Amino acid sequence: MKPKLSIKGRQSMWAYIFITLPILFFICIRILPTLYAFNVSLHKWDLLSKNKPFVFLDNFKELFQDEVFWAALKNTGKYILFAVPIGLILSLGIALLLNSITKGASFYRMVVFIPYVTSVVAVSWVWRWMFMKQGGLINNILNFVGIAKQPFLDSTSQAIYVVISNVIWQALGFYTIIFLAGIKQIPQTYYEAAKIDGASSWQRFKNVTIPMLNPTIVYLTVMASIQTLQVFTQVFNITSGGQGIAGGPLNSTISVVLYIYQLAFVNYKMGYASAATVILFLIILCISLFQMKVLDKKYDY
Amino acid sequence: MKKKILSLILVGLMVVSLLAACGNNGGTQQPSGNTPGNSSAPSTSDEKVTIEYWQYFYESKVNLMDELIADFQQKNPNITVVQKHFPYDSYQQKVAAAISAGTGPDIINLYYGWVPKYVKSGTLQELPASSFSAEMIEKTFAPMVEVNKIDGKYYTIPTAVRTLGLFWNKDIFAANGLDPEKPPKTLEELVEYAKLLTKYDANGNLEIEGLTFQPSGQLHAWFRPVLLKQFGQEPISADKRTVQWNASEGGYKAFEFLVNLAKVDKVGEKDFYTDDATAFISGKAALHIDGSYRLGSLKSQAPDLNYGVTVLPSYNGVETSFGSFWTNGITTNATGAKYDAAVKFLEYLTSVETMKTWTEKIGEIGAKNEIANDPELLKDEKLAPFIEQLPIADSYFYVDEDADRKALMDAIDKVLLNDVDPRQALDEAVKSVQSILDDYWKN
Repeated sequence: MKPKLSIKGRQSMWAYIFITLPILFFICIRILPTLYAFNVSLHKWDLLSKNKPFVFLDNFKELFQDEVFWAALKNTGKYILFAVPIGLILSLGIALLLNSITKGASFYRMVVFIPYVTSVVAVSWVWRWMFMKQGGLINNILNFVGIAKQPFLDSTSQAIYVVISNVIWQALGFYTIIFLAGIKQIPQTYYEAAKIDGASSWQRFKNVTIPMLNPTIVYLTVMASIQTLQVFTQVFNITSGGQGIAGGPLNSTISVVLYIYQLAFVNYKMGYASAATVILFLIILCISLFQMKVLDKKYDY
Repeated sequence: MKKKILSLILVGLMVVSLLAACGNNGGTQQPSGNTPGNSSAPSTSDEKVTIEYWQYFYESKVNLMDELIADFQQKNPNITVVQKHFPYDSYQQKVAAAISAGTGPDIINLYYGWVPKYVKSGTLQELPASSFSAEMIEKTFAPMVEVNKIDGKYYTIPTAVRTLGLFWNKDIFAANGLDPEKPPKTLEELVEYAKLLTKYDANGNLEIEGLTFQPSGQLHAWFRPVLLKQFGQEPISADKRTVQWNASEGGYKAFEFLVNLAKVDKVGEKDFYTDDATAFISGKAALHIDGSYRLGSLKSQAPDLNYGVTVLPSYNGVETSFGSFWTNGITTNATGAKYDAAVKFLEYLTSVETMKTWTEKIGEIGAKNEIANDPELLKDEKLAPFIEQLPIADSYFYVDEDADRKALMDAIDKVLLNDVDPRQALDEAVKSVQSILDDYWKN
């Protein structure tokens, strides 16, 4: 006679059985390829070539002397530094405004959310045409109000900000909705208590809203940073030159992921590209850990 | 209890069916690769062989290839040729993935600039001396083909090649008081005409380009080898190991001439009307340098455009053009009977008859020298200038076409956007291309 499992034991057994498939699936398509990429990064792995010699850390050494890789790292830093804070502050503002309106709230919510569900590629091309030097909408407006024509995408200093503006615009709706949900969670009683204590609206915002929103802010900062670290589609579509070479004039907008893509699928240097991927992985890991430690302060309510 | 057993069985079944589905997928793919005659036994005259030919998708090429294959199979009833094609954007990836997996075609169509990469990876077999000896190739084929001679050996051979020509818009010529039937003949005339034909509006916006300026288009091909040679500088050393764009004063002069078109003369702008070809097709550019393949899109997209084509302008008495081509090689997949069949098919593809058909239907020029003297083909006045340049056109040796072009594009951007000294920009471009070459030749 088999020993009978307790009810709890049986329940968890079923949980494990049901979770096995997704876990297997996850291991096969996520974890194993990741580990395999670590392996590839230690080889000189030319896609075309049949022999793929083990070179240990040579790829990494080469990477640290690669000007384009450094440019990509610097640009990616810029994307995060500008897109994340500006995006979060703007969306928090919009969320607060949306929270205060009562009439047609769902309509405004929809309007704000629409950019997030539109196709990134389509919007990127709209951006590209808007900021075209010749006949672009923005330059026509500038011309109309008497400001000189700007090169925008054709400029090594301006192109990246055009891309950043697109990244912010696209993500704004998502951040706003999350913020709005967070704000709605804050019990009104805190605000009433603060009001009775004579707190001004700024004090209420600073001392009630922000601390209560802390989990939301942490979540969004981590999410936004990771997403921005992996920025690709916008850069690829807004600033691609001729015949598939993307990354803006003189690599002024190239991001790490875009560079990885080019290394792997244009130049077929799989090993080298994997090495860059490993570095990106480490960066994302560090940033995420750092943000969770620093931003996730515990408040006593 | 029964229910639980049932559900357990169900889960089990699901897992099994999942695995089976995977297995089936693999299974169904088997027969297609296992076509009759796939054996590597020595060929006999009545043994059936199937070989695979791969090219990128270009509608007229794919259709013509189907016709050629039908004709070839009729002449060689034992050989079946299967054509497979992929979109251009994913072609290289498909080829690379298939080859690294040990599958893929027996005969492959590659851009000539990719050939060194494939040769180095050991994917291509040397062409058989019996049908394609080096002497025979150099004697009968256009001289540009020599660009793909690697360590004294040929691995690929083209059916057709393209040369660059100068397109001019006759209406814009006439509107500016120029004779619409007299295109510029020399570089001096080219610049003079281009300046005259360029139009800016009151706000300083370019309205009509005198000469298109698109570094990502054919501009880079015009620079190397054409301009460099005309300014007295060979772009690359004879052993194909040293980049020489800046090896003499002539090289710097050629580069300065190129960037000054946009910087000083301001006859053209990068990305004007999206790109150079679009600008010309829309009638917004007076002069434009492009290949013969553009004739097709001009015919379909701008049937009313009043334009002419001529040979590239000469300078210092040097007449030359840039030649490029898609070329065919036999991969290491083809062994035994398949190899023999592949050679036969390659001979068929490079016969003069095939070349003539190809020239008429595709607009690329048959790669053999005798095509250049074919009176039938020279009758087409738009195609004639491209054909005439066949014996004088030269190619340029790439080991990594994208990186090479990017280096030059970056050099032009540095000068135009960041006001870097052209000499310094050229030096930096040479340095980066040289490192690619060094890397290629290292082992």
